[in-house]
Order: sequence, then C-alpha cells, then structure tokens
Amino acid sequence: MPELLQFAFSGLTVGAVYALVALGFTLIYNASDVVNFAQGEFVMLGGMVTVFLHLAGVPLPIAAALAIFATVLVGLALYAFAIDPARGSSAVTVIIITIGASIFLRGVAQVIFDKRFHALPHWFGSEPIRFGGAAILPQSLVVLAGAAIIVALIFVIIDRTILGRAILATAANRLAARLVGIPVRKIVALSFALSAAIGAVAGILVTPITLTSYDVGTLLALKGFAAAMLGGMGSAVGAVVGGILLGLAESFGAGLISSKYKDAIAFLIILATLFLRPQGLFGKKSVERV
Amino acid sequence: MAYPSWFSRRVILAAGASAMAIAAAPAFAQGEIKLGAVLSVTGPASFLGDPEKRTLEMVVDDVNAKGGILGRKVRLIVYDDAGDPNAARTFATRLLEEDKVTAMVGGSTTGTTMAMIPAFEDAQVPFISLAGAVQIIQPVKKWVFKTPHTDTMACEKIFEDMKKRNTTKIGMIAGTDGFGKSMRDECVKVAGKYGIEILHEESYGPRDTDMTPQLTNIKNKAGVQAVINPGFGQGPAIVTRNFKQLAINVPLYQSHGVASKQFIGLAGDAAEGVRLPAAALLVADKLPDSDPQKKVVVEYSKAYTTRTGQPVSTFGGHAYDGFMIWKEAVERAKTDNAAKVRDEIEKTKGYIGTGGIVNMSPTDHMGLDLSAFKMLEIRNGDWTIVQ
Repeated sequence: MPELLQFAFSGLTVGAVYALVALGFTLIYNASDVVNFAQGEFVMLGGMVTVFLHLAGVPLPIAAALAIFATVLVGLALYAFAIDPARGSSAVTVIIITIGASIFLRGVAQVIFDKRFHALPHWFGSEPIRFGGAAILPQSLVVLAGAAIIVALIFVIIDRTILGRAILATAANRLAARLVGIPVRKIVALSFALSAAIGAVAGILVTPITLTSYDVGTLLALKGFAAAMLGGMGSAVGAVVGGILLGLAESFGAGLISSKYKDAIAFLIILATLFLRPQGLFGKKSVERV
Repeated sequence: MAYPSWFSRRVILAAGASAMAIAAAPAFAQGEIKLGAVLSVTGPASFLGDPEKRTLEMVVDDVNAKGGILGRKVRLIVYDDAGDPNAARTFATRLLEEDKVTAMVGGSTTGTTMAMIPAFEDAQVPFISLAGAVQIIQPVKKWVFKTPHTDTMACEKIFEDMKKRNTTKIGMIAGTDGFGKSMRDECVKVAGKYGIEILHEESYGPRDTDMTPQLTNIKNKAGVQAVINPGFGQGPAIVTRNFKQLAINVPLYQSHGVASKQFIGLAGDAAEGVRLPAAALLVADKLPDSDPQKKVVVEYSKAYTTRTGQPVSTFGGHAYDGFMIWKEAVERAKTDNAAKVRDEIEKTKGYIGTGGIVNMSPTDHMGLDLSAFKMLEIRNGDWTIVQ
C-alpha cells in the first residue's frame, strides 16, 4: 500500500505542474481562440529570471516579483509584435506564430542566460513530510496550493467581473464585442499578460522541484496542452483536473506498468480524448460560430 | 551556368595561391605542420566542442611560442560541425583534400567521429578522436585512436568499488538519452564479470521531473544493496533528490556523466554520500603529490582557467591529451609523415595525461586502464577521493 500512496504523491506533484501550465493556456484560449505554444517559455522565464536575479544577489521574494514582471512584459511584447500584427488571420496561423515565438524565446534565453540547469531553494525546506510510509515534499504542497489559488482567481475574474465578461464576449464574437464598446485588442493583450504572469508563477513554484533550464518549456507546453485538452480547452477547473489526472496517470503508469512508456501516456491520453470526448471532461460542446 | 560564380573565383584564387606556393616552395618545404580539428563548437554538443577548441588553440599557441615541433610551426585548422555528422564528414574531406592535414585531433561526439572514420581510413591519415563510445576503437581501426575513457570503464570502476564493499545485488535506474542508454548496456554487459547481479531495472526520460515511482519500486525490491544511475544532465540530480526524499538506505552510485560541481549544486544536500567515478582532472587540487598525474592536471587546469576564465572540464582535457600524444609521436618520428606518425602514436607508452596514463598497443588504441578513473564520494558539498 505505501507504494500506491507514493505514486499518488508523485502524480499530484507532477500533475500540479501540468495544471499550472494548462491554466495559462486556458486564459489566452478563452480570449482569442488561440493556443499559445509559447506558454512553456513563460514558465521557463519565470524560473530562469528568478534564478539569475537570485544569483546576482537579489533576495528571493523580490527576484520572484521582478521575474513575474519581466515575463508579463515579454507576454505583452509577444502580443504587440507577433500576435497583434496578425489579427484577422485564422487561429491556426496565430498558433503557428506562437510556435515560432516559443523557438525564438528559447534561443534568446540560451544566449542571455546559459545552457545549464539551475535550481532554486525550497520554500519550506527540502525535508519531506512522511505520511503512511510515503514521502511528499513541502514544495509539492506549495505548488498544489498555488494552483488552487490561481484557479480561484481566474474563476472570480472570469465569472464575477466586468473584465471577465469582456474577455468572454471577446472570445464569443470579436465584432459584436467591439460594437458594444469593448476594447478588444486591449482585452486580448491583457489575457497574454495574465497568462504570462500565471506561467511565471508556475515556473517560480516548480523550479525547486523540477529544476529549470532554457529549454524546459517545450515538454511542459506539450504536457500542459495534453492536460488542457483532457480537461476541456477553455475550462479553468478542467485544466487543473486534467493536469492532475495526467500526472497521476503518468506516475501510476511508471510505477505499476513500466517506466519505459511514461512519456507515451500523455500522448495516448490526447488521442483517447480526441476520439472519445473531443470537448474534454469539462468542456462545452464546441459550436461552430457563423 | 552550372556552377555558382564563387566557384570560378575560388578556382582562380586557388590557382593563384598554389602558384605562389610553388614559387615559395623551397622556403616552405619544411614549413608548417598542419593539424586538423573538426569539433562540435556550437549546437547541442557545444559543451564538448567549445572547451576542446579553446584547449587546442591554447596548446598550439603555446607550442608555437616555444618554437613549434621539430622547429616547424603548427597550423591548427578548426571546422565547426555543430554536432551534425553529415557536416563533420564534409569537413573531414575538406581537411584531407584541400587543407592536406597530416593528422586530426577532433570528433567531439561519437556520431561525428563515426561519420569521419571512413574518410581518414581511406586517406590513411591518423585520427585521434575525442569521443566516448567504445565502438570507435573496437574493432581496432588502423588509423583511429581516442583519448577519453569509455562507459564500460566507468561501469567497471563502479562495480570494482561495489565488490570491495561486498555489494553484489543492485538496482539500476537509467536515463533513456544516448548517454544513459549506452552506459546502461555496457553496465549490464560487464556486471557478471564482477559477480554483480542487477535485481531491478528502471528508466526515466531525459526531461522527467519526478522519479519517485521508479525509485519506490527499487526501494521495495528486497535485497538491493546499492543503486546505480547511468545518466546525464538534470535527471541524475532529480534521482538523487528523490532518493533522499524516499529515504532509501543504500549507497547511490552516479556516473562520470555528472562529474561536475554543477551536479552538487543541483542535487543539494541529497548529494551527500553519493559516489561516482571521475577523471583526475576534476580533483586536480585534491590529488596527493605522489600521484603521477598531479603535475599535468594542475598545470593544464591552471593554464586553461587563466586563459579562458572558465572552469576546466574533462572534455578540454581530452583534446589536450590528443594533441600531446600526437605531438610526442611527431617528435619521435622526426617527421609529420602520416604513416610514420601513426606508427609512433600506436607505440605511445607511459604518456601521463589529464585522462590517465596512456599505454597504446596495436590492439588497444585508447591505452587507458581503470586507474584513469578516481572513485569520488561527495562529502560536505565537495569531492573526496575514496581510497
């Protein structure tokens, strides 16, 4: 039994990371129908900027705040220089632009930072909490709590504020949104800024556990995308549930079946979702807008 | 036009250059000795090629400042293959046909080396490779040598240490990247020779961020006395952290793939007590004065750090050894004639380098034994040499 509990702890830890990445996808998708594949690079930037500021002697909380700020600026720049000029293009075109942006950001990070791996100190020490014969790191709980808080915030913003209504309206119909006086471009820019912030927070929270380097974004984006698909693209709750389910599936798969096929599990899940329930667990049936 | 315009221009330039060379022939007949180097200076293997290039440039400058070899200056011709075997092959042909080098010290990765071997075998020019895999020198190829130790030796060094401690039953967790896979296969192959039984085996992807499920399985396997982790990059650091998280109470052995201060930094407290084999270069300042390698590793690491401002790496050391073995062979042969130099390289005996003491023979084109590795243990965040 303790091993099953250990697999569950491991799955929760990894799943919380995926969930945070998936959440970043959700916001931009909600506002603009675009899947932003540079989301993984936001996570990377959050971690790397914090690491390098911390190395330069900046206290950790300030380094983290500056890293979030820097990542938000990058998110806004991404919108202003790559996404906004392509407005009016199809979502697929914009998605391809985000892939290009992610390669670009990775390249720049490689030059500005370095190609090595870096770690951050654990917030509450690295001594694991033992429970029923299994062990979980305090930092895993921090990541889980962070995911919960961000979901709650997104929920409040989207469902309870005028701003959230404006985001939803923009996603539903840009032209109509503009006609009722919503500054559509500002709303989409804002969604990029928020996603960048979520990505940066994710990077800062998970770096003590997962380590970071200039190229961690790629796989995180893929896994986060799988999680968002599983949960239902556009649903914040779905993103978190999808992330945690994916993490659990991977860790139980690695522990009980074989660690050789661990990475295949995420892709099997994407395929299964697409075949059986294309809208995901919590997604609404997609309706073609005319 | 069938050829781009630069072609004709280059032909003219080349013709002009060779005309000048002919005119100046008497003065240059005993001119420069040309040494080629195809290295992965950029790209994914730049952590190998970059220190190798810096090292070769450093030692060539050094030798030339002291009057060269046999009174002749050495001209180093470096090409960057960016880790691409196809590019390496093209550059190898260029070195041989256009630059007419009389030897090559290069080939940062096993892939680029294997791609270049046929060119050097055909041209009958000695090629000292800087790559790890044992396939480079087994079966023996007449013109090919190498300086780095192999994965197999790392496994053997670890198993030797286990045997000394009466450890016979072990678990293994390996990365699925090229390095991890290759070393895992070599370890499985030689385990029997040391009476080691691998009770349980797990693997992880090079980008995985949590290995606790795999380690839980190893922990639950009865009778495991030690765990070995062939791997490279951040994976072994996470394995080490998870190992401590799960409080597994057996020794953990890492490979030479993580033999850098960076690993200790990443793994943090969890690295305490981890054992691994590594080249003497890494612990230059900790070697006892009686160690024959002490002088060369201290001198090389001092020179390298002063010149480049970067910490010394074993990869640069491989390039240093390759150059020195070639230089001594040229000096013994008293010519840079390819065939004679090859014969002398093969006769290298007792060369003390950064990677170990090299004794080559017609059947061994690497010439290192297990003494090339030191067994290290991490204590108080630093290396200590295990006797």
